[in-house]
Amino acid sequence: MRLKIGKLTFWLTIVAGAGTSLAGSLVWAQTAPDPVAEYRAMFGDDNPAVLWTLRGQDLWKEVRGSKHVSLAKSCDLGMGTGIIKGAYAHLPRYFADTKKVQDMESRLLTCMVDGQGMDKAAILKNRFGEGDRKSDLEALAAYVVDASNGVAISLPLEHPEEKRAYALGKAIFFYRAGTHDFSCASCHGQVGKRIRLQQLPDLAGPGKDARDTYATWPAYRVSQGEVRTMEWRIGDCFRQQRLPQLKYGSEAAIDLTMFLAKNAEGGKMAAPGLKR
Amino acid sequence: MHPLIRYVIVLAAVPVFTTAAVHAHKSPSPDRNAQAKAVMEASFQAKGQAGMDRLDQDKTQALCSLHAPAAPPAGAAAKVLAANQAMVKLPSDGKFLGDWKRGQAIAEEGKGEQYSDDPTKPSGGNCYACHELDKQQIAYGTIGPSLYHYGKNRGRSEPMLKLTWSMLYDMKGYTVCSAMPRFGSKGILTEQQLKDVMALLYDPDSPVNK
Ligand code: HEC
Ligand code: HEC
Repeated sequence: MRLKIGKLTFWLTIVAGAGTSLAGSLVWAQTAPDPVAEYRAMFGDDNPAVLWTLRGQDLWKEVRGSKHVSLAKSCDLGMGTGIIKGAYAHLPRYFADTKKVQDMESRLLTCMVDGQGMDKAAILKNRFGEGDRKSDLEALAAYVVDASNGVAISLPLEHPEEKRAYALGKAIFFYRAGTHDFSCASCHGQVGKRIRLQQLPDLAGPGKDARDTYATWPAYRVSQGEVRTMEWRIGDCFRQQRLPQLKYGSEAAIDLTMFLAKNAEGGKMAAPGLKR
Repeated sequence: MHPLIRYVIVLAAVPVFTTAAVHAHKSPSPDRNAQAKAVMEASFQAKGQAGMDRLDQDKTQALCSLHAPAAPPAGAAAKVLAANQAMVKLPSDGKFLGDWKRGQAIAEEGKGEQYSDDPTKPSGGNCYACHELDKQQIAYGTIGPSLYHYGKNRGRSEPMLKLTWSMLYDMKGYTVCSAMPRFGSKGILTEQQLKDVMALLYDPDSPVNK
C-alpha cells in the first residue's frame, strides 16, 4: 500500500465537492467524458480508498459495542477468527453459526451486531456514507477486501446452501419485472454493449468481464467521493431496473453476489477499485 | 391487419432472443420464477413510486425469465407475441406525428419510474441510452440498433408509420423478449409523447434525418 495521505486528503476534498454536483446530474447514464480517465490524468494511480482502508483497520482493531470486544478478536469471515487475508475472495459462503450463506456485508453486520453488541439500526442507517457522515461498513469493507489483493476468487460451492444461493442468484439475475421489463441481463447479458457511453460488462456467465468486474469491488466512486460495496452497486442497479428498494444484507443481495462471484472464479482480487 | 404487420408477426414468432445465449445452460426448473420471487419479496421494501407489486411478473416477463438466457419455446412465444400485438392502441385522432423538438427532449430524458424520480413529472423515453439517433449526440448506447436516418430510409407511408408506432407501443409484439421497454402498453409514455418521438424519427426536419 503506497501512502500519500496528505496529498490524497487535499485532492479528496476537491474531488468530493465535484462529485456531489456530478452525481446530481447522473441519471441512467452520463453524458460527460469518462471521469475515471480524468481523475487518473490528474492524480495518477493513487486511490483515495486508502483512507477508508486505514479507518477500517482502526475499526477492526478497536474494542467496541456492549460486549467490549474488537472484530479482530471476535469476527470470523470464514478463514478463522480475526483472519482477513484472502477472506473476501472466498465469500459469500455458508456459516454454521448463523446457518446462512453470507456475503461480506451481511457477515460484517453479524459480527458487529451479534459479536460486538452494536446497534443494528444505527449501523444500517449509516450504511452508505455521504460527505462528512462516513460509514463504518464501507471503511471495514475497504480494509477487508484490501487484504485479498492478488488472491484468486474461489468458491467451491461445497455446501448445499451455497449451491442453492448460486441457483437463486442466477434466477434473480434473469428475473424480468417492473415497468420497463428489465432484468440484470437486459443490461449485462452481452459483451461489448454500452448505455450512453458507459461500458456494460457481461455478467451473465463466466468470463473476462465477470472476473474483471467482480475483482474490482468494493471501489472508490469518483462521482460520489465514497467507497461503495457490491451491495450498494446491486441496489443501485435494481433502482435503475425500476424495482423497489433492496434491503441491505438481504438474501437477494447475497444470492446475486454468489452468482457474480462464482462467474468471476479464477480472477485475482484487485480491490478497492476505482470507478467513475 | 396490414400485410406488413402480419409479416413482421410471422418473422417475430421465430424466437429471437436479444440477450445473448452464449453460455451453456441446463433447462431451468419450472418454478424458477416463483423461487426467485419468494426471495425477492423478502429482500425488498416499497419506496417512492416503486411498490412491491413491481416484483410481480406479467406473462411476457415470466416467459422471458423462465428460459433465459435461452429463447422461450416457439409455441409459447407466438401466443404471448399475439397478446402483446393486441395491446397496441393507435392514436385516437389518426395522427402519428407530433413535434420532433419535444420528441428530442423525451429521447434524451432518462428519468421516470425509478423510486428516486418525481412521479408527478412525465417519464422520459431514454432512447439515447440504447440507440444512436442523430449525429450531434455522441453519448448514445448500443443495446439497440442505430436509428440514424430512420425516416429518411423508410419514407412516411401509413403502413410504415403504423408499424413503428406499434413497435414503440409494444416491442414485445415483435420480439417477444426484446430489451426495449413497452412504452405504450406499460404506460411509460403518453400518446402525445409517443407522437413527439415518432416525429423525431420521421420528420424531415428532425436531426435524425439530416
Ligand atoms: C437499466 C440498466 C441496468 C440494469 C437493469 C442493471 N444494471 Fe448494472 N450497471 C448499469 C450501468 C449503466 C452500470 C455502470 C454504472 C456506472 O458506471 O456508474 C452498471 C454497473 C454494474 C456493475 C459494476 C460494473 C463495473 O464495471 O464495475 C455491476 C456489478 C452491476 N451493474 C450489476 C448489476 C446487477 C446484478 C443487476 C441486476 C440486479 C444490474 N446490474 C442491472 C446498468 C444496469
Ligand atoms: C433498454 C434498451 C432500449 C431502449 C431504452 C429503447 N430501445 Fe428501441 N430497441 C432496442 C432494441 C434491443 C431494439 C432491437 C429490436 C428488438 O429487440 O428486436 C430496438 C428497436 C427499435 C426500433 C426498431 C428499429 C427497426 O429496425 O425498425 C425503433 C424504431 C426503436 N427501437 C425506437 C426507440 C425509441 C424511439 C426509444 C425511446 C422512446 C427506444 N427505442 C428505446 C432497445 C431499446
